[in-house]
Amino acid sequence: MSKLIVATLTAAVLAGSTMLASAQERVVNVYNWSDYIDDSILADFTKETGIKVVYDVFDSNEILETKLLAGGSGYDVVVPTAYFLQRQIAAGVFQKLDKSKLPNLSNMWDMVMERTAQYDPGNEYAVDYMWGTTGIGYNVDKMKEILGTDEKPNWDVIFDPEISAKFKDCGIHLLDSPTDIMPSALAYLGLNPDSHEQADLEKAADLLMKVRPNIRKFHSSEYINALANGDICLAVGFSGDIFQARDRAAEANAGVTVDYSIPEQGAQMWFDMLAIPADAPHVAEAHEFINYMMKPEVIAKASNYVFYANGNKASQQFLDKEVLEDTAIYPSDAVMEKLFTTTPFEAKEQRVLTRLWTRIVTGQ
Amino acid sequence: MAKLASAFVSRLVIIIPYAWLLFFFLIPFFIVFRISLSQTAVAMPPYMPVFDLAGGLSGIAQKLREFSLDNYVWLTEDALYFNAYVSSVVIAAISTFLTLLIGYPIAYGMAKAPRSLRPTLLMMVILPFWTSFLIRVYAWIAILKPEGLLNQFLSTLGLIDQPLIILNTNWAIYIGIVYSYLPFMVLPIYSALEKMDLSLTEAAQDLGCTPAAAFWRVTFPLSLPGVVAGCLLVFIPAVGEFVIPDLLGGSETLMIGKTLWSEFNSNRDWPVSSAVAIILLMILVIPIVYFQNIQAKADGEGR
Repeated sequence: MSKLIVATLTAAVLAGSTMLASAQERVVNVYNWSDYIDDSILADFTKETGIKVVYDVFDSNEILETKLLAGGSGYDVVVPTAYFLQRQIAAGVFQKLDKSKLPNLSNMWDMVMERTAQYDPGNEYAVDYMWGTTGIGYNVDKMKEILGTDEKPNWDVIFDPEISAKFKDCGIHLLDSPTDIMPSALAYLGLNPDSHEQADLEKAADLLMKVRPNIRKFHSSEYINALANGDICLAVGFSGDIFQARDRAAEANAGVTVDYSIPEQGAQMWFDMLAIPADAPHVAEAHEFINYMMKPEVIAKASNYVFYANGNKASQQFLDKEVLEDTAIYPSDAVMEKLFTTTPFEAKEQRVLTRLWTRIVTGQ
Repeated sequence: MAKLASAFVSRLVIIIPYAWLLFFFLIPFFIVFRISLSQTAVAMPPYMPVFDLAGGLSGIAQKLREFSLDNYVWLTEDALYFNAYVSSVVIAAISTFLTLLIGYPIAYGMAKAPRSLRPTLLMMVILPFWTSFLIRVYAWIAILKPEGLLNQFLSTLGLIDQPLIILNTNWAIYIGIVYSYLPFMVLPIYSALEKMDLSLTEAAQDLGCTPAAAFWRVTFPLSLPGVVAGCLLVFIPAVGEFVIPDLLGGSETLMIGKTLWSEFNSNRDWPVSSAVAIILLMILVIPIVYFQNIQAKADGEGR
């Protein structure tokens, strides 16, 4: 009997002490894109700092934005694209970074910092995690069969109605996103890709209406599988998504080869940024996490895993050759000059843009 | 004491459905309705004015004046919304009709099956629910795509030499909706038919009805409450359906779910999307009220 009491008491004390431990346990809640990190990085971070990472994923900026705007998301570190970040900063979603807690900022790459400063002046609210481009994913064999050349395709295959008609039966997907497709169409037309002028947007819309019959579908994620399975020949999409399609096609080994091209007329560059919500419950831990992600070896490991370029200059010596030397990931200087960034539309402009887009997509 | 307790229980039985309606329908409805009277803003949450009690009574009065019906006016100014509502209702109606056409014979067969077999059949109707809805819709992509299972099957049989283009058309949406909602049609019809007294059809036939006439004049009218319930259970969610048209439909298919999505996410216009949702609700309330009437009538006749 007394043994039982002792055992129960011990159990109770033990339970109490673990509860105490969990109360003191340090946690950081991270909300990142799906398939966007090497999991061992999170385990290493916990080993090094003792901070537990609660990791959660999303698959579109809109989902993230809706959660952030509603408030009280409970996340400590989130990863919006810079384009969205800008208006989220204006809405008061984020807190300024305490740069004294981020000594690894010295490793960052000026080329990227200069560009992200367009969205976040002084880079006060966020640091770059990864960046990439919006270009053309294509089925290598079909491309050769239809155009009779090995050359990487440029915007002509999408926006020249006569050329894209040749790919109609094979299948073309475009992102269902005016802010990604319209600047590309403007770049093809030789206009300012960042134009918010209605006249320019109408021209881009007219161009898209001409090629509309050749487009099978507007969708922002289906193209990954469709390209990998050989269901379509061409897709305008995000570089990393198309690399995923390339890898899936290679794994399936079913005779489909996918590759990615940054069109020579110019392509949009985008940046995914690490930021801390204003109402984050674990601010200190969030800074430690962001600082850890700016360690050259760590972010190099992430890039080697996800096949995206990062914004960390010092990390480049730790990158695999196949990542650093792939000009689709780290473009040559000549191509880099052709890359452009875009700025967000104000609410009224956005409405005009969305309405034009609905007309393009549905014909209404 | 026992009397009191039973009075309490019977009152509770009445209160529960009303409390359910209050918490899961009326309160959310008013939250959405209130947002629909606001305007967008670059803020958290992204609309103005936000209704709160901070300003006291005068503050509330001040804010009430700031609310406006502009968003509803906006919906009438662009034909897009009207067309989206009409096309959603048409797609939902066609899908519901097709579901009825397929679901009724299944339910009829189940109700006529030997009693020992019925639980198994019922299980088979419910079984697909054990797999995620999303996965089942994705599976249809693999079946319907140009090089998919269906086209491979048909071309092996030599029935077609060109692949049928079904995926990304309205037909794919009908197939998706019919497949996904079929159990909602089958189950209420089955339960109506199962309760039916078989001697009624026998009597009809004894009195000279052909089997077909007995079906149309006796069986079908008696199963009508089940048919109406099934049709509403399919029609109502189908009108606001987003996932099936997004995955199976083409880009040119205009449905209100998609319009609502782009108002909410692309335009970040919570007030206009709330207004779209309120109008959608109004469109759906009409058939619900109609159903209530039929149900009440049927119950009245039953007594």
